[in-house]
Amino acid sequence: MSDQVWINLVWLVPLFPLVGFIINGLGRNVIPKSVVGFIGSATVFLSFAVSIAIFSELSSSPVKAFEIHLFDWIQAGSLTIPLSFLVDPLSSLMLLIITGIGFLIHVYSTAYMHDDAGFAKFFAYLNLFVFFMLLLVLGSNYIVMFIGWEGVGLCSYLLIGFWFTNINYASAAKKAFVMNRIGDLGFLIAVFVIFQTFGSVEFAKVFPAAANMVSGNGTLLLITLLLFVGATGKSAQIPLFTWLPDAMAGPTPVSALIHAATMVTAGIYMIARSNILFTLSPVTMDVVAVIGLATAILAALIALTQTDIKKVLAYSTVSQLGYMFLGLGVGAYTGAFFHVMTHAFFKALLFLGAGSVIHGVSNEQDMRLMGGLKKKMPTTFITMMIGTIAISGLPPFSGFFSKDEILAHAYEHNKALWVVGVIGAMFTAFYMFRMMFLTFYGSFRGTHEQEHHIHESPKAMTIPLVVLAILSAVGGVIGLPEIFGGHHWLSRFLNPVLEKSNALTENIPLSHSTEYLLMAVSVAGALVAAIIAYSKYVKKAHVPVEDFGPRNAFARLSYNKFYVDEIYDAIIRKPLDWLSGAFYKFIEKSGIDAFVNSLGSGAMEAGRTFRLFQTGNIGFYIFMMVIGIVALLVYGFYKI
Amino acid sequence: MDLLFILFFPLVVALVALINKNYSKESALIGSAITFFYTAALIAKFHPDSSTQFLVNYPWMYAFGINFKAGVDGINILLILLTNALIPLIILASYRHKYGNPSAFYALVLFMQTGLLIVFTALDGFLFYVGWEAALIPVYFICALWGGENRIRVNLKFFVYTIFGSLIMLIAIVYLYLQTPTHTFDIAAFYNLTLSGTEQSWIFLAFFLAFAIKMPIFPFHTWQPDTYTEAPTAGTMLLSGIMLKMGTYGAIRWLIPVAPLGFVQWGKWALVLAIIGIVYASIIAFRQKDIKRLIAYSSIAHVGLIAAGIFSWNVESLQGALIQMLNHGINVFGLFFVADIIIRRLKTRNLDELGGIAKNAPKFAIGFLIVLLGTVALPITNGFIGEFLLLLGVYQYNIWAAAVAGLTIILGAVYMLRMYQKAMFGPSNELTLKFTDLDGTERSIFMVVGALIIIIGIYPQPLLHLSDAAVTNLVQTVNAKIQSVKF
Repeated sequence: MSDQVWINLVWLVPLFPLVGFIINGLGRNVIPKSVVGFIGSATVFLSFAVSIAIFSELSSSPVKAFEIHLFDWIQAGSLTIPLSFLVDPLSSLMLLIITGIGFLIHVYSTAYMHDDAGFAKFFAYLNLFVFFMLLLVLGSNYIVMFIGWEGVGLCSYLLIGFWFTNINYASAAKKAFVMNRIGDLGFLIAVFVIFQTFGSVEFAKVFPAAANMVSGNGTLLLITLLLFVGATGKSAQIPLFTWLPDAMAGPTPVSALIHAATMVTAGIYMIARSNILFTLSPVTMDVVAVIGLATAILAALIALTQTDIKKVLAYSTVSQLGYMFLGLGVGAYTGAFFHVMTHAFFKALLFLGAGSVIHGVSNEQDMRLMGGLKKKMPTTFITMMIGTIAISGLPPFSGFFSKDEILAHAYEHNKALWVVGVIGAMFTAFYMFRMMFLTFYGSFRGTHEQEHHIHESPKAMTIPLVVLAILSAVGGVIGLPEIFGGHHWLSRFLNPVLEKSNALTENIPLSHSTEYLLMAVSVAGALVAAIIAYSKYVKKAHVPVEDFGPRNAFARLSYNKFYVDEIYDAIIRKPLDWLSGAFYKFIEKSGIDAFVNSLGSGAMEAGRTFRLFQTGNIGFYIFMMVIGIVALLVYGFYKI
Repeated sequence: MDLLFILFFPLVVALVALINKNYSKESALIGSAITFFYTAALIAKFHPDSSTQFLVNYPWMYAFGINFKAGVDGINILLILLTNALIPLIILASYRHKYGNPSAFYALVLFMQTGLLIVFTALDGFLFYVGWEAALIPVYFICALWGGENRIRVNLKFFVYTIFGSLIMLIAIVYLYLQTPTHTFDIAAFYNLTLSGTEQSWIFLAFFLAFAIKMPIFPFHTWQPDTYTEAPTAGTMLLSGIMLKMGTYGAIRWLIPVAPLGFVQWGKWALVLAIIGIVYASIIAFRQKDIKRLIAYSSIAHVGLIAAGIFSWNVESLQGALIQMLNHGINVFGLFFVADIIIRRLKTRNLDELGGIAKNAPKFAIGFLIVLLGTVALPITNGFIGEFLLLLGVYQYNIWAAAVAGLTIILGAVYMLRMYQKAMFGPSNELTLKFTDLDGTERSIFMVVGALIIIIGIYPQPLLHLSDAAVTNLVQTVNAKIQSVKF
């Protein structure tokens, strides 16, 4: 085992950002900005370097799972929860994504947040987030995963509410935390059921035992449904998705890192990690697929008419996460994870690009007041265009391969899922190109002062964009399918984690001609959507009137997000508020307390007698008390 | 002798503070710190097995079979630690207050400390009762003399409530005494009694009433929000941080083991009340404007979960209950300290008048946040360890009970974050604009509290280990007793 030097040092990976958090957190008022930015970025880079070493060691090792035990965290009765890490193909890839993209976003932030008063606080939070995210993916049991799971939720809360003097931002932060907590309760109860069923929460004990259970087992059904509830919270799926668009209140790098590339994919990671439990629960799988697809479509519909550039990307994220869940639900674990990776590349890119745009146009986020930025921000434009092509599923960029893999599996599973999925992909292409055209084409529609200030962002911001653009463009090679002469490296690499599930899933491979046909249809669909967007938003050279309203019935629904927030308000928040008042007024005060007081009035009479002893001298009372106790003691002992 | 010192040294300090009028708070602080360090040394000497250690047993009122019998074991050790750690903090937190007649004030706090310690260590029914009352009387005076405007009315309710509960308990204790063959108040003799199901049923109800009022459990709780609101901060801290644990501890030590058949009969109803209390108090907390009252309701919810864990009666839930008693003490002290800082600076308890404090007082914002995270049981804070074990234990009793009790995870986040947002976020207003950040004393208190919250959250094992053997033994003994009657 001495070959696995870095794998045994895996605790270094979360340790570096933790140290960064502590240094920047404690020294936030004294350390100069440049040093803060360096510490914040360098710690994540060190983690990235160790992650690469771990990855290469794991690739060359015949053993594909290592457990690194740190200490026993909680021990009570028959329950033992060690703080230990699991290094395997799945977690090693997540390490690379988190630290790699994390590093780029830290570098980007040094410029983006440069003039913010809370610069050091921002980097401290960001490092803390990376720490928790690494715990989440490294945990070798559900509880360590849960530490990370809730920890990233905390950082998300802190960063959404980063500019907390704006009460709306603070409310968005609270909403994110509370909605996540709803999911977390599901996760927690799932853990209890797992503990009771398997006598352990360790992956290494639970999964082999579960693999011997029959498909459709009721306990597994319960566990997986509860885990999925947890996933809907963290990964913003129906019905718990409404926090994510509001989360855009946070600084844009936060949206890129937390609310696009990493944290929100935790639900997909968790299900992929627990794949055997889900594979053996076909009912849950169907639920996952349907919820995923429904979320993908709903969010895409909303994205069609949004005018805030970050909102478009936010709903796009919700929608893409939906595709990942669709993939999980039809058993395409590799495909879903593939999409996690490619999405991390192109969505981080798009958000950072949007940040660059917002930076360039003096903090404007309304796309109707942008336009014509192509020439003035060429790097941002080109890199974002690559991201747009990638997310739209156009070959040969990365999103094409991962989305295609999910859709192909959906087709095998149920052709209706595929049809709806392709329609959603068309929407994706439309709203993304709409965003690009509104932002970069035509002529500038903002104020003169803004126009005067338009500038390309500094190198610290554009270099991360370029790196991510390259990854978005070529990232597909890791999962190049056979029909393009590839060997699907990702699928083989992840096989040790997914082996048992893959063996259980009946796999009727599609014929090559069918596969080509499916691809052709979805690519054609995306192209058509892009062309429609072009004719609507570029050819006409002005923003269509319907984007200013009055909108038709459908556009109104879409623009107002199908009134989901309002519905939740009416059926959950308002009744609870009412209940709170009613409990207080009718049960607490007029009920219990009134009853008690009526009993007490008798005692009041008795109380009057008491008063005769009240001379008002407290010293006297205490003296009497001490005397009393001492007398009692002495009396007792004396009597012996 | 170790234990005797810990029990009665606070009384000595009380007298010193009383005599040493000009330096009463300094005397109280130093004295209570000595008690704390002595306690820490005692805990270091403690062997984590199921035995009773540092036992003191003197015949006291021989004719009545009353002994001064007290000891330390895995069940009460964390509460001794809590009491003696929190008292110096409470004294320090009172430093900034200009209490009239401070020597009497600090003497009462210290007097109460002895009462509390007697309750937690007593192994004799009569001694337990003496401690129970000795802890009540000082806090009654603290609230009545240094409390808010409505203190007299509110205090009377509190006093009558708890006296009522404790008198019923006294009847039960005397009844048990009369049943013992040798007429003794020794707890071991109480445990060995073989009473009929009906007798145990009544015993259970009598003890339960006293403990339920003290915790408090729904619907015996209505004295609590009023009292917490009207009491001076130190009084509220004593009541919520330490005194309510007399109820939860009593349930573990005196209620269930003494009347296991009563527990079989009534335990599930007690559990139901506890769980109703969690949801009910949480929902009421949603809309409270008074910051102290909000914390008071949150405390009912959190204690409800501890009670639910106790009535689930398994190793995980009891381990959770014991460590959560410690955690709740730390966290609720922190919350009331937060409230005190706001009230002392701004002279208002109304959340609607606050806002934007975080901007002017970033250190305070961090301190408040850490206490809040412990309260909402975020992992790697102390609250998570307790609530996780409690909910796991409740789950093992019944999945639906756990699902409803688990709502505290969500509801707690709702009212706590709402409080934080209303006080700390948004723009500052005229009132909060002049909010000054923490001074040195306040900062050190937050450092201690924050360190405890995080250290216990990261490495709870040493604490869990202290009680592990004793809890396992207690659960087995009681379950064996129940089984032996059932079959």
